[in-house]
Amino acid sequence: MNIHEYQAKELFEKFGVATPRGKVADNAAEARAAAVEIGSNIVVKAQVHAGGRGKGTFKNGFKGGVHLVQTPDEAAEIATQMIGQVLVTHQTGEEGKLVSKVMIADAVDIEKEYYLAILMDRESRSPVIVASTEGGVNIEEVAEHTPEKIFHQVIHPLLGLQPYEIRNICAKLGFSGDIAKQFGKLLQGLFKLFMDCDCSMVEVNPLVTTPDGRVLALDAKFDFDDNALYRHPDIAALHDPTEEDPREVEAAKYQLNYIGLDGNIACLVNGAGLAMATMDIIKHCGGEPANFLDVGGGATQEQVRNAFKIILGDPKVKAILVNIFGGIMDCDVIAKGIVAACQEVDLNIPLVVRLEGNNVAAGKETLANSTVDLISADTLADAAAKAVKAIAV
Amino acid sequence: MAILVDENTKILVQGITGSFGGRHAQLSLDYGTQLVAGVTPGKGGQFFADKVPIFDTVAEAVAATGATVSAIFVPPPFAADAILEAVDAGVDLAVTITEGIPVMDMMRVRAGMLGKKTRLIGPNCPGLVTPGLGKDSHGGCRIGIAPGYIHKRGKVGVVSRSGTLTYEAVWQLTNLGLGQSTCVGIGGDPINGTSHLDILKMFNEDPETEAIIMIGEIGGSAEEEAAAWAKEFCTKPMAAFIAGSSAPPGRRMGHAGAIVSGGKGTAAAKIEALRDAGIEVAGNPSDMGQALVRAMG
Repeated sequence: MNIHEYQAKELFEKFGVATPRGKVADNAAEARAAAVEIGSNIVVKAQVHAGGRGKGTFKNGFKGGVHLVQTPDEAAEIATQMIGQVLVTHQTGEEGKLVSKVMIADAVDIEKEYYLAILMDRESRSPVIVASTEGGVNIEEVAEHTPEKIFHQVIHPLLGLQPYEIRNICAKLGFSGDIAKQFGKLLQGLFKLFMDCDCSMVEVNPLVTTPDGRVLALDAKFDFDDNALYRHPDIAALHDPTEEDPREVEAAKYQLNYIGLDGNIACLVNGAGLAMATMDIIKHCGGEPANFLDVGGGATQEQVRNAFKIILGDPKVKAILVNIFGGIMDCDVIAKGIVAACQEVDLNIPLVVRLEGNNVAAGKETLANSTVDLISADTLADAAAKAVKAIAV
Repeated sequence: MAILVDENTKILVQGITGSFGGRHAQLSLDYGTQLVAGVTPGKGGQFFADKVPIFDTVAEAVAATGATVSAIFVPPPFAADAILEAVDAGVDLAVTITEGIPVMDMMRVRAGMLGKKTRLIGPNCPGLVTPGLGKDSHGGCRIGIAPGYIHKRGKVGVVSRSGTLTYEAVWQLTNLGLGQSTCVGIGGDPINGTSHLDILKMFNEDPETEAIIMIGEIGGSAEEEAAAWAKEFCTKPMAAFIAGSSAPPGRRMGHAGAIVSGGKGTAAAKIEALRDAGIEVAGNPSDMGQALVRAMG
């Protein structure tokens, strides 16, 4: 789960991670009031999850999701241009993202930009701190061209961040004296935040030093472990469903794991590995999958019905491929779910069904005896080939 | 002989009175598995299915029954504690089926297990099966949630990160007349107990296993590690399949660990590493069984 920049700033403040003063506003009056508190040198930033805001363009023609202003009136004017408008950046896709809030913050002078992140590293099974003197740019490009400028510090999972590890990172970043002291405090706060909030990643890019001798986290990107949200209701509450594909939000309500893609053959599968493999074989046969959809190991008739509705809500979908390996799950239950769903949603595109496993004979009989017009397939390859063929004609 | 477990292995189930754990405990009993105990705190002294004693703690269950393997079905908030309890009770193998355990919990569990004798399989895995010799492989050791009847006792070792995709592979093998020595699901989480490589080494040492099929997916580098080792040391024919070649980068494909991030963990890179190691890679998921046939020449 991701959060907005203003929410990240609030978390930083809570954990003692130094960051420029700032406030969120959802209308011009609030923006003006926030700007009055800051004074001059104010930055107004559109709040969307996507990156590349500064270079983005609003659909109303207004350029840039990040603006520097000097007065509260200007801040209010910019906020008016942004709020309620759709911002398109290189990360949003052409549909863009609706901006409903802006952040008004102190635009600090920057001496130098750095990169700092903490992530959960699967290979070392530990948190890893990643730091670089090359901040403010895409870290993946730094990693590719000048990997020697990126420093990794693996932190012991049970011992946590040690003072010598902070000194190591300071040495690599060239921090000494009071700057090193400030950075140490910032990093300790950031590490505590990472651990206490079950983050899978927190990225500060850029971390900056200022001419007046401060170290500040200027921007932040968070990723939280969804599996741990149950024990962080305060963080779960930061979830903004308007930032996500509405079909994915809808699917989540029924414990369906759905990811929308660009193709036209929808798939409905039980199990994540098999769902991925089903997408692969559609592509292998020359088709394009419209989605990833895992109905889970023990899907109910109700889930299958809702899964069909979500799939058919995508106008790009021209055919459906159902692939169920009923290990423990009864194929007949799935078959009944398919029949019920088709009767309810008035299916008018080809439906290919491949059932295998537990009680498959009864399942196939249920499908055969129904009025549902479907194409039955015996193997995974057969099913994919039939689905691709069905939309070719 | 198979690996890790055989028809004589005594298992206990943590979370046996839950609906999920209970259902699969019953299916294991039906399969003929030596399921000798259950553990649910506060329900000690009761019986599961009128015959399997339930204990309050894993230590009591192990002491009373001699169980050496625990199958863990405990819900995510309590799963880390359940694994550590099994480790402390000294079981050889803790097979964790539970899906949705926080990564931080697994990180601490793994760190806490260092130096202990217990091997962890999973979490978020279908478990493992050493098929039996009876009808529909009855009489084997089934730990977890895999359907027993799709198996057949034989000589192919199966290791996979997935559940239903593993069943698909096993079913293809069985239909080709290729039985299995042991089928191990290592789970789809980013931090797990046992890797592809760990299982590969065991199959390579196991006299009953004559060929190996490895099923991986996008994310991480476990398949590449296994391939690098296999290139040098594996003496048995191997086939593999990698799921997720059509998955978009930056999106988690159901499994918490199945994500291509920062250009790492792509299917293409994994397939290249496998081919480089001389492993026969199935071109699509319908080809897994046939790929092994080709590998065996």
